[in-house]
Amino acid sequence: MKVIIVGCGKIGATLTARMAREGHDVIVIDNVPAVVKEISEQYDVIGFCGNATSYDSLTEAGVAGCDLFIAVTGSDEFNMLSCFVARKIGAKHTVARIRNAEYNNESFHFMKDQLELSMSVNPELMMAQAILHILKLPSAAKVDTFSDRRQEMVEVVIKQGSPLNGMTLSDIRKKYPGKYLVTVIRHADSVSIPTGNAVLHEGDHVAIISAAAETHRILKMLGLVQKQVRDVMILGAGTTACYLAKHLTAAGNSVKLIEKDPKRCEEVCESLSGVTVICGDCMHQDLLTEEGLERMDAVVALTGRDEENILISFYAMSQGVGKVVSKVNRDELHTLSEKLGLDSILSPRIIISDVLARYARALENSEGSQMESLYSLMNGAAEALEFNVLPDFPYANIPLRDITFESGTLLAGITRGNACIIPDGNDVILPGDRVVVVAAGISVYDLEDIFHRSQRTQP
Amino acid sequence: MNHRMIFFTTGSVILTEAGLLLLPLLVSLIYREDCALAFLITIGITLAVGCAVCLATRPKDRTLFSKEGLVIVALAWVAVSFFGALPFVISREIPVFIDAFFETVSGFTTTGASVLTDVEAMSHGMLFWRSFTHWVGGMGVLVFVMAITARAPERSIHILRAEMPGPVVDKLVPRARNTAKILYVIYIVMTAVQVVFLLAGGMSLFDSLLHAFGTAGTGGFGIKADSVASYSPYLQWVIAVFMLLFGVNFNLYYLILIRKFTSALRSTEFWVYLGIVIASAALICRNIFSLCSGFAEALRLSFFQVSSIMTTTGFSTTDFNVWPTFSKTILLILMLIGGCAGSTAGGFKVSRVVILFKSIVGRLRRVLHPRTVTVVKMDGKRVDDETLSGVHAYLSVYALTAILITLLISLESAPAFDIETNLSAVISCFNNIGPGLGAVGPMSSFAAYSGFSKFVLSVAMLLGRLEIYPLLLTCLPSTWLKK
Repeated sequence: MKVIIVGCGKIGATLTARMAREGHDVIVIDNVPAVVKEISEQYDVIGFCGNATSYDSLTEAGVAGCDLFIAVTGSDEFNMLSCFVARKIGAKHTVARIRNAEYNNESFHFMKDQLELSMSVNPELMMAQAILHILKLPSAAKVDTFSDRRQEMVEVVIKQGSPLNGMTLSDIRKKYPGKYLVTVIRHADSVSIPTGNAVLHEGDHVAIISAAAETHRILKMLGLVQKQVRDVMILGAGTTACYLAKHLTAAGNSVKLIEKDPKRCEEVCESLSGVTVICGDCMHQDLLTEEGLERMDAVVALTGRDEENILISFYAMSQGVGKVVSKVNRDELHTLSEKLGLDSILSPRIIISDVLARYARALENSEGSQMESLYSLMNGAAEALEFNVLPDFPYANIPLRDITFESGTLLAGITRGNACIIPDGNDVILPGDRVVVVAAGISVYDLEDIFHRSQRTQP
Repeated sequence: MNHRMIFFTTGSVILTEAGLLLLPLLVSLIYREDCALAFLITIGITLAVGCAVCLATRPKDRTLFSKEGLVIVALAWVAVSFFGALPFVISREIPVFIDAFFETVSGFTTTGASVLTDVEAMSHGMLFWRSFTHWVGGMGVLVFVMAITARAPERSIHILRAEMPGPVVDKLVPRARNTAKILYVIYIVMTAVQVVFLLAGGMSLFDSLLHAFGTAGTGGFGIKADSVASYSPYLQWVIAVFMLLFGVNFNLYYLILIRKFTSALRSTEFWVYLGIVIASAALICRNIFSLCSGFAEALRLSFFQVSSIMTTTGFSTTDFNVWPTFSKTILLILMLIGGCAGSTAGGFKVSRVVILFKSIVGRLRRVLHPRTVTVVKMDGKRVDDETLSGVHAYLSVYALTAILITLLISLESAPAFDIETNLSAVISCFNNIGPGLGAVGPMSSFAAYSGFSKFVLSVAMLLGRLEIYPLLLTCLPSTWLKK
């Protein structure tokens, strides 16, 4: 598929890497020659230097035949105009990054229709939602939701002294029966889909799927539950922080926001009610102590600098804060800080690239199924995907025990109507189901990819 | 430096060569020649070495940077030349290793300089292999490997860039692997078309294939003692036109293929290239008119020689050693210019000449009007400063290298050659042309040079084909040290 990406900022670069890895033909457009040069040397893509809102540049870059046009520059207006022109020239699908709250209100559908946008992405809002999911289940390092929040996949870390430490999965299942499934284990650097004999060790990351209504109870049963979050301190008052504060106060949490820039503090104060805004440098430990850091249930580090976020997070952990969430943008720092002991590290770049990779894969889906969502698990080493099963699905009504699956894949959950099923050999996939699949080491582009090759011709 | 990846890639190139050697093996089996055994033994050795290298160096990390790209290209080319020389030595058709190495390097670098004194005595299999190396080397060994392997490493643009000649190398399509494929498809189709044209002129299939290989790679190994002089005027015209076509930047053909005719015709380099060919042919035609039987012959001889030398092919239809000095000087200048960037031709490249010329004009204008602002433009776009200084730097390295090689060749003891011979031999090898002037003219060979000089000239050919930097950097200790 031919994908054109406009803007080589942080998000643009991550997207480019992801799309090239997914096997698409990627063309990158930016107006800074040095940036274009660097990115086209780093990845297997063509760089194009020019103004992505001008008809001539877009035509020359080959927009006419492109399947997916993504504009992710820092300016909403530029992105919209660029998508509009591209769409008129002949791009099949256009996606714009639109983050200004003034565009993301009721009038949004009007704009979207008029500009013929296929989708818009708002990294800050998505990031805030992801943090919100984590704060609801503080024992999880990461939470991904499926089927309109009917199913949840939580990533947890086995801590020292956990009763699960040293147990095999089949023992765990005997001791703690319930409707859940351990889908992926990361031990040291190897990520795998476990069998019943797999043993859990201290420090392992484990992904567990269950019905959303049951998640809390199951985590409690497994001894993984922490105190519910009530008091939250947010450091840095960027757009993400504002979205997050708004949602948290609406849910009844008490929120304290610390920001260095007095002007920004006033702006935030104006737009948010019920939030305590403190003007000060969050790198000052005195200030944090004064504002009661150690009494907080959760601390969310959302300043503009990765290094600050990491340091504050470590400080908060050392002060005994139960839940620490940090925003880390750069991949190399992400890996490093995870090794050093932070567990909830989020990056808007990864969230966005998951969303758009899903969108691109869904464009290529077969008749039998449609991809609904895609999440990276274990820092990108595995993926969880959700598919809608359509009436033409060739493997419908076959008991799962009669099907051989491709190695590295797992059918983790089925949602049928309101019921969540953790499938076993007697279950079948029916048209209309929503199916959650986990893949480690291979990429799944279509639901049929999880069935072993030998069966594909004679389903 | 990612050493494992470097040797692994080199190993896979060696394995690919084992595969390529199957073709001459087939030819020698068809003609029931003894040299089949030599090919079989070589394939065995090449397979064994290639497998050993690949297995011993399975890379964990597949990242490449431009440094790795350059070293891979240099090592791979030395390796294919080494293993490619084995059949000649094993079959005793070229018994001395350095001669065989020279011949193979000359083949892969599409030079076409030969140490053979009697080409017609060679077996069909060896002749086929010799010309086939031209064809493979023309577009590039690593480009070929990239086109056929399923998993090209990320950043493989660095390999493409190190092997493809020219000041700026760009991909045609986003994926490097698809770019390599497209290039080879264009290349194969054009070669096939030429074979058809040659067959139509009454040339045998074997001769047609070999001449098409030599033309496509702009190599120039002939299979007759007098190169292509004994073929009919029609065949000479076909070869002359195709040489010219293979000297054009392949991006142009891609643009034509995707029906972007206007952008294809906008290429400054193409028009300058064509202009130089026409002007030189006209001047030489006028100059040699008195030596020929008529206008048709003068035009044919001058056009063929100009096309052959300009594209650095090196076929010849006449002994231009006997031409007037003016004509010979023009040919010598054409040798230095070479073909277009992104083609199979060697030399300094027309695009570099154009950029240099334009920057000199700008420089002069600034002397006259110190406050004037000048920007070097090419095809309506600005040439960025890095490319510009790259071209200037390349000119210096190019000149220095040529001087150094000439000095080394002049060490040649008895029988010492005159300066014309030595100089033209170096220019001819360094620019991948083939024949020179004087004692290394089109009707003679390089056999008279000593082993040492042949080695130096082999290095010169590799330097010329890979545009100096890869080989130079590989020889620098700081490339390999961890500092």
